[in-house]
Amino acid sequence: MNLSRRALLGTVAALPAVAAAGHARAQRPTLRIGVLTDMSGPYKDIGGPLAVDAVRLAVADSGIADAGVNVEVLFADHQNKADIGSNIARQWYDRDGVDMITEGGSSAVALAVAGVSKDKNKTYLTSGPATSDLTGKACNANTIHWTYDTYMLAKSTGDAMVKAGGDSWFFITADYAFGHALSRDVGNFVTGAGGKVVGNVRTPFPGTTDFSSFLLQAQSSGAKVIGLANAGTDTANCIKQAKEFGIKSTLAGLLVFISDVHALGLQVAGGLALTESFYWDLNDRTRGFSERLWKRAPGVRAGMVQAGPYSAAFNYLRAARQMGPAEIRKDGAAVIAHLKKTPADDDVFGPSTIREDGRKLHPAYLFQVKTQAESKGPWDYYKLIGTTPGPDAFRPMKDGGCPLVQA
Amino acid sequence: MMGFSRAQTVAFWLMVAAILIAPAILYPVFLMKVMCFALFACAFNLLIGYVGLGSFGHAAFFGMGAYITAYTAKAWGWTPELAILAGGAVGGLLGLLFGWLAIRRQGIYFAMITLALAQMSYFLCTQWDFTGGEDGIQGVPRGALFGVISLRSDLAMYAVVAVVFLACFLLIHRIVHSPFGQVLKAIRENEPRAISLGYRTDDYKLMVFVLSAAIAGIAGGMKSLVFGIATLTDVNFPMSGEVILMALVGGMGTIFGPVVGAAVVITMQNYLAPFGAWVTVTQGVIFILCVMAFRRGVIGEIAARRRVAL
Amino acid sequence: MMMILGIPAPLLFGQLLLGVVNGAFYALMSLGLAIIFGMLNIVNFAHGAVFMLGAFTAWGLLNYAGIGYWWALLLAPLIVGAFGVVLEQVFISKLYKLDHLYGLLLTFGLALVIEGLVRNFYGSSGLPYRIPSELQGAQNLGFMMMPNYRGWVVVAALVMCVATWLVIEKTSIGAKLRAATENAPLVQSFGINVPLMITLTYGAGVALAAFAGVLAAPIYSVNPNMGANFIIVVFAVVVIGGMGSILGSIVTGFGLGIVEGLTRVFYPEGSATVIFVVMVIVLLARPAGLFGRAH
Repeated sequence: MNLSRRALLGTVAALPAVAAAGHARAQRPTLRIGVLTDMSGPYKDIGGPLAVDAVRLAVADSGIADAGVNVEVLFADHQNKADIGSNIARQWYDRDGVDMITEGGSSAVALAVAGVSKDKNKTYLTSGPATSDLTGKACNANTIHWTYDTYMLAKSTGDAMVKAGGDSWFFITADYAFGHALSRDVGNFVTGAGGKVVGNVRTPFPGTTDFSSFLLQAQSSGAKVIGLANAGTDTANCIKQAKEFGIKSTLAGLLVFISDVHALGLQVAGGLALTESFYWDLNDRTRGFSERLWKRAPGVRAGMVQAGPYSAAFNYLRAARQMGPAEIRKDGAAVIAHLKKTPADDDVFGPSTIREDGRKLHPAYLFQVKTQAESKGPWDYYKLIGTTPGPDAFRPMKDGGCPLVQA
Repeated sequence: MMGFSRAQTVAFWLMVAAILIAPAILYPVFLMKVMCFALFACAFNLLIGYVGLGSFGHAAFFGMGAYITAYTAKAWGWTPELAILAGGAVGGLLGLLFGWLAIRRQGIYFAMITLALAQMSYFLCTQWDFTGGEDGIQGVPRGALFGVISLRSDLAMYAVVAVVFLACFLLIHRIVHSPFGQVLKAIRENEPRAISLGYRTDDYKLMVFVLSAAIAGIAGGMKSLVFGIATLTDVNFPMSGEVILMALVGGMGTIFGPVVGAAVVITMQNYLAPFGAWVTVTQGVIFILCVMAFRRGVIGEIAARRRVAL
Repeated sequence: MMMILGIPAPLLFGQLLLGVVNGAFYALMSLGLAIIFGMLNIVNFAHGAVFMLGAFTAWGLLNYAGIGYWWALLLAPLIVGAFGVVLEQVFISKLYKLDHLYGLLLTFGLALVIEGLVRNFYGSSGLPYRIPSELQGAQNLGFMMMPNYRGWVVVAALVMCVATWLVIEKTSIGAKLRAATENAPLVQSFGINVPLMITLTYGAGVALAAFAGVLAAPIYSVNPNMGANFIIVVFAVVVIGGMGSILGSIVTGFGLGIVEGLTRVFYPEGSATVIFVVMVIVLLARPAGLFGRAH
């Protein structure tokens, strides 16, 4: 990989005659978008290959080929490791001429890649990570946090559920930073909306597969809602085991995606409350997008983390047409500034704006998973119970501590 | 020279030449990674190749070194050479503690104890505030060497890594080819006899353990400066497994084996990175192949064919 | 409500009972490991992987062949056990004359390959496997709701453990096995086919793990990492119990499950590390393990 590219560049540089002699592609500018995602690990179905397909669809939908610009989509597996992720980002920027990275995976990876993107002055439009620090103390001028964050999840699920009647909560929290942050944030919203947090139990992370004892504690507390401040297999196990115990309280999955629901099956997951910022069957635009994506990747419906990169790439390419491909390659911070000034619009999130701290604002939807009886077919999983409009869905800019924001 | 045999001298200068020329051809950050892990593998190999103790939890020292260096460099603003030394020192201390507990046993038991102790430290690292938990310690500055030479450029950092690597490599070699190393050899070959000769074998084993842990800590510390992050990956069990693989592939008990092994494994990981889970499968296949058919590893095979010690 | 040590009694008893359930899995898994170690002197790092294969085989039997849980309990261990026999014949048997370390490394490599392949083809999200309808529902025991399936797991594990112990300690086959562990050439000279016994023993140990896997499928996520999560804890159990001791594995397995359960009540953050702490203490005090004899 190293040698061939260097050799190629070396040859092209040393032999201008060859290049000039009608090498048509050398005259067409090329943009490179890198999709950095979990291709093989626990989050493969949340991001993974479908995110790559979504970006490819965005390239096609953007019509940028008509403007005479070539777009290459690369992808790589960060394996949920910050060092691998930052390595790949570094190599992509240094050696492979990548201009924009999207998706981005777990929070640890995203923080690392944001740092590298700033160092190399490139563009990072991240969809996968949850941490709201990306628009808080870790914000920088080369990063936009797309799709969602922990604050959005917490507010939508916490706030809206209390208003819908779930006013006493018990948390089962994965004992690490993410879990703590999630339960703390949701707890704040619950109490802010007039509800009560009656208990919180921390489960060892990673490594806990049996949540029965914790679910029992939750049950005996009499809470109306059990908040699952965990993700991935932890959440899946909690849900399965709650079913097994016949737990009556409503389960609120604080970080659950449609792929999780699909894996659990409606028999087990029916009735679960969760928040996503995208659902394929939400409106005509999302349905259109989903149908187009289905043609490229049949059999799976995208969740918000996979749809996010479509939106990011689509708007990025629109900016490329507005700024010109040469400009967009030169200065990543300038691209971000441009995106913050022009409202975004795409089939996934609809019209939306991007704030000074790099936070994209679009609505958050509180869904409840349908029961087997209510569902009319595969992937017909969600019913909408509440909507938080974009500007309200995310943490107020002044509270984030982002150094980019003028106090 | 320095106790190297002729074959080893040739190999050493070849290695130095490679280190000098490679950054012109290959990506320097990749090479630095190889050197850090080569050092880690050398440290591991010191324990298994020369004392016969297979540690299954060496990532604990590597990872802790990474964390300490990252923390002192970022939060306390220490210069890189001090930060790396701190990483090595803490690695050594941890090695003293773990070693003291584990040396009492041998073989499988030793492996199991080191594994369990490493898992314990992993869990502690997930809880501890200073490690940053899942996010790790990010944005670690490379700083300025001795306060004057900025290491921001990859080539400057490369020079530092190369020097530290070669210095530690030579140190390990000196230790192995010294009277101390002779005692180790005696212990490995026939411990009861060494005891009967009056050697306090446990002390020797513990000393090597501490040294191995300290060097692993240095390797980890360097790595965190090169990449600017220290995460749970550095301290988790798969990392311990990888260093064993490197030593195995390269040739356990040879000096140059771990270096070659590290190069092979890291290159393989790099090339297979687009294929995600195939990396795990490939590593497993390599493990199996090496154990079944290729026990001496690359350098071990070369050494055996040429009837030299490498 | 009665309070014991500041915890409501119903909760405490509930945790104890659930600790027993967890312990059942630890016991079954460490039983297989102990048998394999006792007989082959191999630390079977692939044990977690074959546990996972047991669960996946049960899932596969259901989804590809329509074969349900009860048959899977019998078939999956047989299938995975046969696979274990193949592994033993092709790979492991070649290593008996070598340092133990190589056996560890080989089985470690096997685990990587098995888990990697399964992850490649089935992803990491986990696959659903339902509790068989006969065992759904729960009993109200007064101090807790006991899911029927959990109760079944404890019973099945106990039966399997006791049966295994009986076979090994009380039958003539078991006697020959134990003799072969101590002095294989001598036993071979009696005309007993020791290599065959060894192969079948490995298969049996693997089958035990697969059996545990089928038991686990309905209550845990059937995913490629389920074995890796377990295996290190199970190693600790085996080390504490004594590395070749059947009785040690069973008692320690259940015991540690209870200890872990109690820790979850009083100090949940520590429940992941408590087993290792116990291991360190035991190793310092009784290096051969609680029930072990120095090998």
